[in-house]
Amino acid sequence: MLSEIKLQKIEEHLTVLKDKPGALLPLMHAIQDDLGYIPEESYEPISKALSLSVAEVHGFVTFYHHFRTKPSGKHILQICRAESCQSMGSENIEAYCKEKLGIDYHQTTEDKSITLEPVYCLGNCACSPAVMIDDDVIGRVNEDKIDDLIEKAKNNDNS
Amino acid sequence: MTTHKIYIPRDSSALSLGAEEVFKAIKVEASNRKIEIEIIRNGSRGLFWLETMVEVETAKGRVAYGPVNPSDVPSMFDEEFFLGKDHSLSLGITSEIEWLKNQERLTYARVGITDPVSLVDYEAHDGFKGLRKALKLTNQEIVDEVTDSGLRGRGGAAFPTGIKWQTVLNAPSEKKYIVCNADEGDSGTFSDRMIMENDPFVLIEGMIIAGLAVGADQGYIYLRSEYPHAQAILNEAISIAEKNGFLGKNILDSEFSFKLEVTRAAGAYICGEETSLLESLEGKRGLVRYKPPLPAIEGLYGKPTVVNNVISLATIPIILDKGSKFYADFGMGRSKGTLPIQLAGNLKQTGLIEKAFGITLRELLYDFGGGSATGKNIKAVQVGGPLGAFLPEHQFDTPLDYEKFSEINAVVGHGGIVAFDDSIDMSKLARYSFEFCAIESCGKCTPCRIGSTRGMEVIDKIKDGIDQEKNVEVLKDLGETMVHGSLCAMGGMTPFPVISALNFFPKDFGLEKTET
Repeated sequence: MLSEIKLQKIEEHLTVLKDKPGALLPLMHAIQDDLGYIPEESYEPISKALSLSVAEVHGFVTFYHHFRTKPSGKHILQICRAESCQSMGSENIEAYCKEKLGIDYHQTTEDKSITLEPVYCLGNCACSPAVMIDDDVIGRVNEDKIDDLIEKAKNNDNS
Repeated sequence: MTTHKIYIPRDSSALSLGAEEVFKAIKVEASNRKIEIEIIRNGSRGLFWLETMVEVETAKGRVAYGPVNPSDVPSMFDEEFFLGKDHSLSLGITSEIEWLKNQERLTYARVGITDPVSLVDYEAHDGFKGLRKALKLTNQEIVDEVTDSGLRGRGGAAFPTGIKWQTVLNAPSEKKYIVCNADEGDSGTFSDRMIMENDPFVLIEGMIIAGLAVGADQGYIYLRSEYPHAQAILNEAISIAEKNGFLGKNILDSEFSFKLEVTRAAGAYICGEETSLLESLEGKRGLVRYKPPLPAIEGLYGKPTVVNNVISLATIPIILDKGSKFYADFGMGRSKGTLPIQLAGNLKQTGLIEKAFGITLRELLYDFGGGSATGKNIKAVQVGGPLGAFLPEHQFDTPLDYEKFSEINAVVGHGGIVAFDDSIDMSKLARYSFEFCAIESCGKCTPCRIGSTRGMEVIDKIKDGIDQEKNVEVLKDLGETMVHGSLCAMGGMTPFPVISALNFFPKDFGLEKTET
């Protein structure tokens, strides 16, 4: 069951956004930005408020790679898999991150610190290979830079 | 005491290389040494191998230093870089740097020069001149200017912008929309991002003119979720434009009103396809629509809608300001004007080059790009994103021109060029093309939804040496089916990179003889 607080937050976002044209897209962003994910329990109140079926809401959320229905780690590390980054050895970066964190894509480290996601272009193709941690893009990454950013993220959690 | 003007970029690629740390280091060092400086966070000039590039204003013009790391800052102060003096990282007068000197910057005229969110700066550098002229013209006169300029959609499809606008202008409707496609998802492209982060007002101005031309009062920028910096800067610029009477009711005291907002996308590549984008904007799954009806007739919420790429819209102000003939005089054949070319991937010198159409790939890769970053031979390039063909070395003399590329089954697309050195396995890239299509397909049509997965399997079989001859036939046949049977370019163009890799690099697939 979803906590009262979370349900209340979802209701608040619904009140603000439900009458906006194309409401579902900004609404889902608002919920995910706030709660870190879109709980499946939210489908029913959303469907009622927007006169949609639960299936339509579920279909919408699962169509978009950005939306998640389970909580993520405190940080999201996205590794670019697209062609430009491949040309500069992103495959090695992918393998290094997976090994270092002990997880595969779409998984979260045991300490709930980092979730690993693939991404298809960060628009940083002039500085390949690139990764993004939370809202920060890092260019020309190598193993040292990955070590640094993971350490920084974890220190950040502890402080 | 004189204040020294120092420019440090805030473009996200520059930030990805440490521009923020350089900014902090310069601030601290100046304060410790009691040197009066004014730091302006400009956009990037687009020379990314030199980022973080720091510039200083001098009597001779701006002087550049780069690539600057925070550890270089103390020695730069020792050598008095703030007076434009020599340092081991000196690049000389910025505008004299070869890479910049050999460009024709029209759409990007201000990029890297101005403070992106300074309206004063924007207007001091010809900003809003196009809009002021447009306000004195009739709808038809504005559309005619755009048509006569020969501008074609810079998103990739290269459809004449003026014809699209004419269709929307002619469509009778109380409500019309301007939608900017800022879902720049193609690998190797970052020109949209650079406009939005480094000169957001030019996009806003272009959208206002579009609204004025076709009679639309509402605009949306559909922005990919991977661009949080662009989102923040666009929102800041929109709010500044509103406060200063460039957006909202009665723009510049005219009868015309226009509202603009940014809608954040959610990580689906397919939403860069215009009808899928409109579905998404309406709050639905981004399923591709059948055409007709064209979005120009029945677009957003069924109303006539201009859907244009960022660069197309950002090019409108200069066309209105300097006239259609000025713009059309650049370029070759039916490819008029300039194209922002993005050099990416395995190259020594990567970045943004705005150039009239007609320059060859070889000039771009070697004269601008300086060859591969790894020092090995360049084996292939992919032009126009993940749906563009791979071009082998013998095609490097092809001039960048929509028609010339079309003749060799390639696309100019959004102008992104990704180079690969000879360590790359082209069969892996071909398999990735199918994998990407399978991940990103909207699933509406069968050739794309199913063909992409079957394609991966067939490539695996060929590589494993299973019935190679038969499976090469199957792969080509599958390619044909996808090209002719898919609803949109996602499935319809995925075979281009696959088949070009197979034809030009059969050895990488474990095939002996050369296929043609």
